[in-house]
Amino acid sequence: MANTNFEKYKSDGSLPGNLLEWVDARFPATAMWKGHLSEYYAPKNFNFWYFFGSLALLVLVIQIVTGIFLVMHYKPDASLNAAGIPVAFASVEYIMRDVPWGWLVRYMHSTGASAFFIVVYLHMFRGLLYGSYRQPRELIWVFGVLIFLCLMAEAFFGYLLPWGQMSFWGAQVIVNLFGAIPLIGEPLSIWVRGDFVIGDATLNRFFSFHVIAIPLVLIGLIAAHILALHEVGSNNPDGVEIKKKKDENGIPLDGIPFHPYYTVKDIVGVVVFLMVFSLVVFFAPEGGGYFLEYNNFFPADPLKTPPHIAPVWYFTPYYSVLRAMVWNFFGLDAKFWGVVGMGASVVVFAFLPWLDRSPVKSIRYRGPIFKSFLTAFVICFFILGYLGTQAPSYWGEKVSQVCTVIYFAFFLLMPWYSKIDKYKPEPERVTWN
Amino acid sequence: MSKEGKMDCGRRRLIVATAAVGGAGALAVLVPFVSTMLPSERAKAAGAPVEVDISKLEPGQMVTVEWRGKPVWIINRTQAMLDTLPQLDGEVADPQSDRKQQPEYCKNEHRSIKPEILVTVGICTHLGCSPTSKFKPGVDEGMTPDWKGGFLCPCHGSTFDLAGRVFKAKPAPTNLEIPPHMYLSDTRILIGEDKKGA
Repeated sequence: MANTNFEKYKSDGSLPGNLLEWVDARFPATAMWKGHLSEYYAPKNFNFWYFFGSLALLVLVIQIVTGIFLVMHYKPDASLNAAGIPVAFASVEYIMRDVPWGWLVRYMHSTGASAFFIVVYLHMFRGLLYGSYRQPRELIWVFGVLIFLCLMAEAFFGYLLPWGQMSFWGAQVIVNLFGAIPLIGEPLSIWVRGDFVIGDATLNRFFSFHVIAIPLVLIGLIAAHILALHEVGSNNPDGVEIKKKKDENGIPLDGIPFHPYYTVKDIVGVVVFLMVFSLVVFFAPEGGGYFLEYNNFFPADPLKTPPHIAPVWYFTPYYSVLRAMVWNFFGLDAKFWGVVGMGASVVVFAFLPWLDRSPVKSIRYRGPIFKSFLTAFVICFFILGYLGTQAPSYWGEKVSQVCTVIYFAFFLLMPWYSKIDKYKPEPERVTWN
Repeated sequence: MSKEGKMDCGRRRLIVATAAVGGAGALAVLVPFVSTMLPSERAKAAGAPVEVDISKLEPGQMVTVEWRGKPVWIINRTQAMLDTLPQLDGEVADPQSDRKQQPEYCKNEHRSIKPEILVTVGICTHLGCSPTSKFKPGVDEGMTPDWKGGFLCPCHGSTFDLAGRVFKAKPAPTNLEIPPHMYLSDTRILIGEDKKGA
């Protein structure tokens, strides 16, 4: 859909016109503008669920801009200052108390992290609802899963930087996950830490990953995600291909130019999002202990684990899967299977395009079996997320085991239940009223 | 590459050889970069042994010292505490300490050199959190009624008895690690070295 065979711009003789003609002869300026915006035809029936892609981009910009300013004051240094406080922890407090408006930039960044996951989870759920991962959009989806993995890495590395108790012990647990891999596990976790314990070396490399390595990969993947999307065109709530019905100019009958139609629509989403975002930043930046955990206001103490540790909310579903694995299989420790389960619960998303065998894409035309499985999956995702914030308990463990089974059943049984499920015939064109 | 559809095998070989040499060079460059992430000489040198005076450690008390950046617990166990150990043999995963989580001289019922003094690395063998002491038996510390005293890891719920032995069906795979250590005198312990073997 991203047509690049556009006529080069011809000047109308004005100075700006001449300048654009000069640029356009040397750089595909108008071709990119038209191919991706003014002549990129998106289905006209986008609904509420289609706000979250552009909102994810907005949050990315917020994170990059606030991050640039935070780095001007933050110091990745685990050594103790004259007052006996780790320098990294003290530099965050310095940003909060002494840097003019530092508290705002820092709260925007910390709230932005949670906002990123909220927006991305809703964006992914949209994909599940309308079958946006189905052929021919498999690669868009795979790029998306890679973006999600990068985002998790970015959040994890960033969470160590304030060097609080949760930072330290969270990193301790996650890096030790590598230690569960047979044979290479222990040397691997030492290599990741750069020391035998989480320390200054770990803090410095996580800082490097957080501000340089992962953002670069992330931006590259996002470019690939959008290029792949504009190559095949957007899906829509009906899950029918608008490219099948074109007018005499080759323009989809149900397509409208992204700009100005969807740019303006997305601005509405941006305004509403920023209202909610500002409310959190100004009135509840700690998010009730979910966005910024209380224990992280204590400096890291390698000798004492806080009585209750839990990851930040966006990791808790996978953390529950980790905790649900308590049996040894095939001579390998439960610890290893916990790691495998946790990794699989994220990576399994990437296989969705090949697991789904329904003749229709959208939930609107799917049958009761898929709807039930999707509902059960979402409920289990929330229960696992809740249990991951709680201290381990007998019933918590049993419930998380049941939810883990349902979580994986949603994916692994899909080739069968999506095939035998009833479905309604798709319409020829998108429904619109 | 080809004339009239025929492949020029000489050029083909040159391309393959050039790509192979270039690829080998690129791989070789990975070595220094990957190696920079290994523990530095400074980090490797930081593992000096630690000397602890336990003369003021009363029965039932625990003291935590730092060794190689990790907490090491020294617990002076009372006779009542020691008496719980044989009762738990059926409930712990490795009652005889068969897995190598301790030096040979601590492979015994109480997992220590002196029966009452336990020296152990206070790091859960699951994912490295530091367990919390729950010495009081029963429900006093939020444990089950049959709890006989020990440690609870707050992260994933692994429990250990008063010799650092892990209970069955818990995420932690092995007993707590006993570091190499030795007595310099009756009340002074050196952690990290065991030249005399006891």
